[in-house]
Amino acid sequence: MSGADDEHLAGLLARAIAGDEKAYGDFLRDAALMIRGWARRWTVGGGVDAEDIVQEALLAVHVKRHTWRHDAPVAPWLHAIARHKYVDAVRRQARRPTVGIEEFEETLASAETETVRDWEIGRALEGLAPGQRSVVNAISIDGCSVAETAKRLDMNETAVRVALHRGLAAIARRFGRD
Amino acid sequence: MDTNDLIKALAADNRRPGLSMNAAWKGAAAGAILLAGAVFFAMLGPRPDFATAVETVRFLFKFVVTIALALTAFAAMRVASWPEGELRRLLPYLCIAPLLVLAGVILELIVLPSGTWEARLIGTNSVLCLTFIPLIGLSPLGLFLLALRHGAPSRPALSGALAGLAAGGIAATFYAAHCPDDSPLFIATWYTIAILGLSLIGSVAGRWVARW
Repeated sequence: MSGADDEHLAGLLARAIAGDEKAYGDFLRDAALMIRGWARRWTVGGGVDAEDIVQEALLAVHVKRHTWRHDAPVAPWLHAIARHKYVDAVRRQARRPTVGIEEFEETLASAETETVRDWEIGRALEGLAPGQRSVVNAISIDGCSVAETAKRLDMNETAVRVALHRGLAAIARRFGRD
Repeated sequence: MDTNDLIKALAADNRRPGLSMNAAWKGAAAGAILLAGAVFFAMLGPRPDFATAVETVRFLFKFVVTIALALTAFAAMRVASWPEGELRRLLPYLCIAPLLVLAGVILELIVLPSGTWEARLIGTNSVLCLTFIPLIGLSPLGLFLLALRHGAPSRPALSGALAGLAAGGIAATFYAAHCPDDSPLFIATWYTIAILGLSLIGSVAGRWVARW
């Protein structure tokens, strides 16, 4: 990554931290691309899914964005966060009991017909309180704004923001645990 | 939920990023010194001959060492709280306090006749030292661990160990004002044990408290 690219990214992140939602979306999309590139290289041949790493790293970037120093380059910071989450995932993978495949032969055969692959984040999402889950779902999967979500769920906007904030923090904490 | 959906949710939650790390560390440092000072003055206080002691080199040297440790360990811990913090460049600074102690020990061995070495090393009250340095340092350590938790240290256990060193440096600085033993031989033995004890606690606690 060139210095100019990093400056662009740093500009987006600085504006995001100052409260610019659009800049933050742009920043996160750029960050996801970079992290996906690293994660794919790390996970070649391993039992860890690259997209799980991308999602977990983005959540970590989000809840730890105050650890970026405004005079520091963004790429090494992103890389360190992604790497930390990758190492964490590998450790978790190693701890999980391995089960003989024959026990699952029947369920595996039927599972193959499923088209949508659910990432680890799906499990973390299911663990949320119902109120938080409906807010997070409305904004992420249905693409509603905070105002639309408030109207749809008959809540005020502050309550929607609080539920979203707490829900995402809980997902970041629970991601891949258990 | 795919990654683009996640990004939508994250972007919508951009109202309040956490407290900046600079502010967090300033708060933790101020709080650590206040709490350590409160425990020190409530339980010990400076030694009775403090006014004459400050005119002796050995007494002052204790503060040079403990303050050097507190400052260097604090700086290293701050760097360790960034995910991309490079600790290797800070290692030379962390050697400053141990080297000062070593130099003090060598000078002491040269200056003093060998018959008095043992008495200086054992000192008058090593149990007090081993009790109060950890006791004074416990609340600063707690604050530093909270600040590390707020950050994103790539190496939580090592960061916690540094937090223990920094807390130990602060605690030892206060305790040195009470401690009647000024010989570098005493410092090198008992202060070191007490501070490394805090560092060990910090490292074990850091693994859990500062993981993210």
